[in-house]
Amino acid sequence: MDWDAVRAEFPILDQEVKGQPLVYLDNAATSQKPRAVIQALVDFYTRDNANVHRGLHELSHRATLRYEGAREKVAAFIGAASEREVIFTRGTTEAINLVAQAWAGTQLQPGDAILITGMEHHSNIVPWQLAAERSGAVVRHIPLRDDGTLDLEAARAELATGRVKLLSCTHISNSLGVVNPVADLCAMARAAGALSLVDAAQSIGHRPVSVTEIGCDWLVFSGHKMVGPTGIGVLWGREDLLNEMPPWQGGGEMISKVTLESSTFKKAPARFEAGTPPIAEAVGLAAAIDFLEQVGRAAIWEHDQQLTRQARALLDAVPGLHVLGPGAEVERGALLSFTLEGAHPHDVVTVADEQGVALRAGHHCTQPVMRRFGVPSTTRASFYFYNTPAEVERLGEMLLDAARFFQG
Amino acid sequence: MNDELRELYQQVILDHSRKPRNYGALDQPCCHAHGDNPSCGDEIDVYARLGGDGRVEAVGFTGQGCAISQASASMMTQKVRGQSPSTVRAMMEDFRRIVTGEGVAENGDALGELQLLEGVQHFPQRVKCAMLAWRALDAALEGK
Repeated sequence: MDWDAVRAEFPILDQEVKGQPLVYLDNAATSQKPRAVIQALVDFYTRDNANVHRGLHELSHRATLRYEGAREKVAAFIGAASEREVIFTRGTTEAINLVAQAWAGTQLQPGDAILITGMEHHSNIVPWQLAAERSGAVVRHIPLRDDGTLDLEAARAELATGRVKLLSCTHISNSLGVVNPVADLCAMARAAGALSLVDAAQSIGHRPVSVTEIGCDWLVFSGHKMVGPTGIGVLWGREDLLNEMPPWQGGGEMISKVTLESSTFKKAPARFEAGTPPIAEAVGLAAAIDFLEQVGRAAIWEHDQQLTRQARALLDAVPGLHVLGPGAEVERGALLSFTLEGAHPHDVVTVADEQGVALRAGHHCTQPVMRRFGVPSTTRASFYFYNTPAEVERLGEMLLDAARFFQG
Repeated sequence: MNDELRELYQQVILDHSRKPRNYGALDQPCCHAHGDNPSCGDEIDVYARLGGDGRVEAVGFTGQGCAISQASASMMTQKVRGQSPSTVRAMMEDFRRIVTGEGVAENGDALGELQLLEGVQHFPQRVKCAMLAWRALDAALEGK
């Protein structure tokens, strides 16, 4: 793979920040966009823009074809049986909230449990807490072991209570990099009579993801972390399950018939897409999928692993630097979250930024993870396939400098 | 490390952040407030005690944060001692002016070495770090 040629497709990377070439290592927050995605948005607004569905004119027809074409593309991308199982949302967060309201809102009884994990993003915690509050159910969690991985014995014990109606867990942790055995977890949940939801926000653009291989009931992800636009995400669900779920937002597009007294609703996916959808964003997402498919997610994952191993070795050589999560020998998502003795993450990120290196500091929307490991926040470097070994070198040098400076 | 970073993280500031003065909760504080930056997870608790003359007798703080927020808190606890609550508020406004770069301090002498934090003005994302302890102290005195 000619990674330099791949990188050259991302115009934003070709710039200087604070007088030095930009090193963008905040990919777990959002990825950059290739020309093909930017151009797809420009082309759509330049040639095809109209509202979708029901329009009888040419532009509406074209916009509808492109919007529905994006749905088919997503279905193929994740190994779904049908495009009718693909619902467009604003992002991962909205997709989880949709399930938490439409499914959990009607299915949960007092005494039921929703099982999450100790490493979830707040977006996979708070919606369930709200659903539990409304229904009288409880939210339980699978605790983390000291290396950041899930305590699977504890998971079995939780499922054995028979109270768990849903397991909702992340595929790859955004603050630890842990890759969860989601296929095993979903099988365990199914055996215990529970449904399962997998948050693929950090995995979908980095490695092959197939809903049939994972065996989940719902899968959620965002477009913007996989070189697509912001404002678009996906909820995939089994078709029968989706059609058992009541609507969550009412409006145009999702109805079959409306009278002033009552309404009937379409089947999925329209049932869950009230109002004008993110049309251009869906077209951009389709372009992002094409781009990722051309490079190949297996190759991307291999590149991720190489950069992450290289970075891990450099970080482990920095005095007083501690990486959270599994050891260097364990496969992990393309990110390293760490603390540096004598230097608060904010200070590390400010020093990095002055050298053109974009890192992220904070709790990464995973406050329970921070609490579990006794740190208020961490610094995170996250990689993608357009990052280079030379950029990882600059990260290592910059952290050595910061350690020398702050540790006096 | 470029010049702006060296100005931001000069020795006095690093010294205060490594060995913060008046760190710890006060005995019998008259007022207390909690401050946080929800976006980064930093938290601070500021305690104050007023004397019979209504002036600040002592201020202490606990919490974790970056070098900027810790140094600002540490220096603040030293400089506000003996001041009236209204003077403390004027000092906070002065301090805000210099860390945002919006203007000059009306009474720089009162701020003393806190003025070393004016380097923060080159780092707009860090203004909230510098202001964290001040906002908590202001809330504490307000609640009094």
